Amino acid sequence: MHWMQPKFYVNCSFVILLCKVAKFLKIIKVCVLALLAFFVKRLLWIFPTAFGVVTLTFFLVHIVPGDPVEVILGEHALPVDRKRLVESLGLHLPLLTQFKVFVQQLLVFDLGTSFYSGTPVMEMIAMRLPATAYLAGVAILFAMVMAVPLGVWAAVHQNKWQDRLALTFSMLAFAMPSFWLGPVLIIIFALYFQLLPVSGNEHWSSIILPAFTLGFAMSAMTARLLRTSLLESMASDYVKTARAKGLSFNRAVQRHAFKNALLPLVTVVFLQAGALLTGAILTEAVFSWPGLGSLIVEALGKRDYPTIQGCVLFIAFVYMLMTLLSDMVYALIDPRLRYGKEGV
Amino acid sequence: MLSAFAKMFRMPWFLFAFVVAILMVTAVVWKGDPYTIALDNMLSPPSADYLLGTDELGRDLLTRLMSGATLSVYVGFCVLMLAGVIGTVVGVVSGWFGGWVDMLLMRVTDIFLSFPGVLIAICFAALTAPDVKNVIFALGLMGWVSFARLARVQTMAVKKQEYIQAARLSGVSGFVIVLFYVLPNIAAPLIVESVFTIAGAMLSEAGLSFLGIGVQPPEASLGAMLREGARYMLMAPHLVVVPGVTLMLLVFTLNLVGDKLRDKLDKANLQK
Repeated sequence: MHWMQPKFYVNCSFVILLCKVAKFLKIIKVCVLALLAFFVKRLLWIFPTAFGVVTLTFFLVHIVPGDPVEVILGEHALPVDRKRLVESLGLHLPLLTQFKVFVQQLLVFDLGTSFYSGTPVMEMIAMRLPATAYLAGVAILFAMVMAVPLGVWAAVHQNKWQDRLALTFSMLAFAMPSFWLGPVLIIIFALYFQLLPVSGNEHWSSIILPAFTLGFAMSAMTARLLRTSLLESMASDYVKTARAKGLSFNRAVQRHAFKNALLPLVTVVFLQAGALLTGAILTEAVFSWPGLGSLIVEALGKRDYPTIQGCVLFIAFVYMLMTLLSDMVYALIDPRLRYGKEGV
Repeated sequence: MLSAFAKMFRMPWFLFAFVVAILMVTAVVWKGDPYTIALDNMLSPPSADYLLGTDELGRDLLTRLMSGATLSVYVGFCVLMLAGVIGTVVGVVSGWFGGWVDMLLMRVTDIFLSFPGVLIAICFAALTAPDVKNVIFALGLMGWVSFARLARVQTMAVKKQEYIQAARLSGVSGFVIVLFYVLPNIAAPLIVESVFTIAGAMLSEAGLSFLGIGVQPPEASLGAMLREGARYMLMAPHLVVVPGVTLMLLVFTLNLVGDKLRDKLDKANLQK
């Protein structure tokens, strides 16, 4: 009989396979569509927020008292010079017109020019950004290297002395301002032991102290978060199942709990990457690190309004982008979020 | 002895009070003036005359430390007042009315949230004259957001409770309901938040002063002292170490207080 021939079975199983593939593709299609819808919705939200950020920054800079012309020319400037400068800066125009011009310039990525050097602010930021990105990257690396073992160690020994020690340590680290930790590290490692350079960015080892300083507070926060999320997943049913199947405690934590506990960490890393840019302002000031933060501090000293405004806007935008990315990555990893069950 | 310490550690309120008390007692006993300059006594190490040594102008570090710590706590409380009031009002209004009011207020909150941490405070403080008032205003400008979000979520939860409906049915006006029914019931998490706000404001104030856009010399501020001390790291490391440790201790104990308070109040909420 022909249907008993092996060839027929092969064909039949092939059809089944096809059906399975089709079903799988359908599921994927649904998932991708949901994901896309979430992404588009989230992306559209960024426009009103971005506009709000721009508006807030502009009016903050322009409404607060203080006359930039006087700052640039000094108190004893001639009225003619003053008038010329006011006109060249466009300060004689009504505020709303100034705002319109500002927004129009922003749309072509023009952040204005510095009062002092006369260079475009965008150019200055582009020049300083690599150093800050490098610092932030190494800081995140340091933070993760410190936080993951600490968090796991604390969670595995929940409510024992190890846990308390880790928690106390993380709270201390959280309370430790970077502008204190930085100088203390300099005193110990650069001045006393003379192992590492005091400041600047000339040698490869220059990165160690600033990055450690910047990453320290972040590691504290991350360790705490990892501990909480690991405890949560250790109490979950799938870990209990794994243990019931005979897996050892360590194995169950390694194989099942740890992986799932890392989920919230991903979002935090993205969010922190944005926040690190602000933290970098203080850390860079301590170590004279030639990055974006030093640029802001220099501009603060000189009251260089366009540069301050440009840097603040730039950092706010990076932060917004990072928040967006963290939401998207989370939606990719955690399917619950993209179906709109955002509550909790 | 050890167990006594351990017990003390479990009562963070006590710890905070302890730190503040030490500062105050030393301030009373040690009648120094934080502004007296003695140039012949520059950067001297700790001694019997100057318990913590002197700074680069020969001023007594201990009295400056205490005056700075007092200022720090003062700024913390002022920022709390400002941020707490604005944030609670915005949050409660947003949560109570819902609809387009909620939508509008939450968008504004989102905008403020898009600025990371102290950035907006730095921007504001940099543009205005650097003094304590502007620092408080700058930090309040940034701090109200977390209160608003918290108050909104809590109000929305409380709004659905039966006692609110009962009050409404018996003809109590909306304003009175918010004031006497909603506010007391959302207070617990807000109180916890305010402890962390004080701690955060103290750190931020020090940060602004460290950048030179906060409290100005000769007034003593922990951040400004760190800024000045960092220049003399090699000769007088205590100028950096001491103000930093003080700030850290204050913030650390406050955070402990907040943590314990949260545990207690959360437990109370759960038992309800």
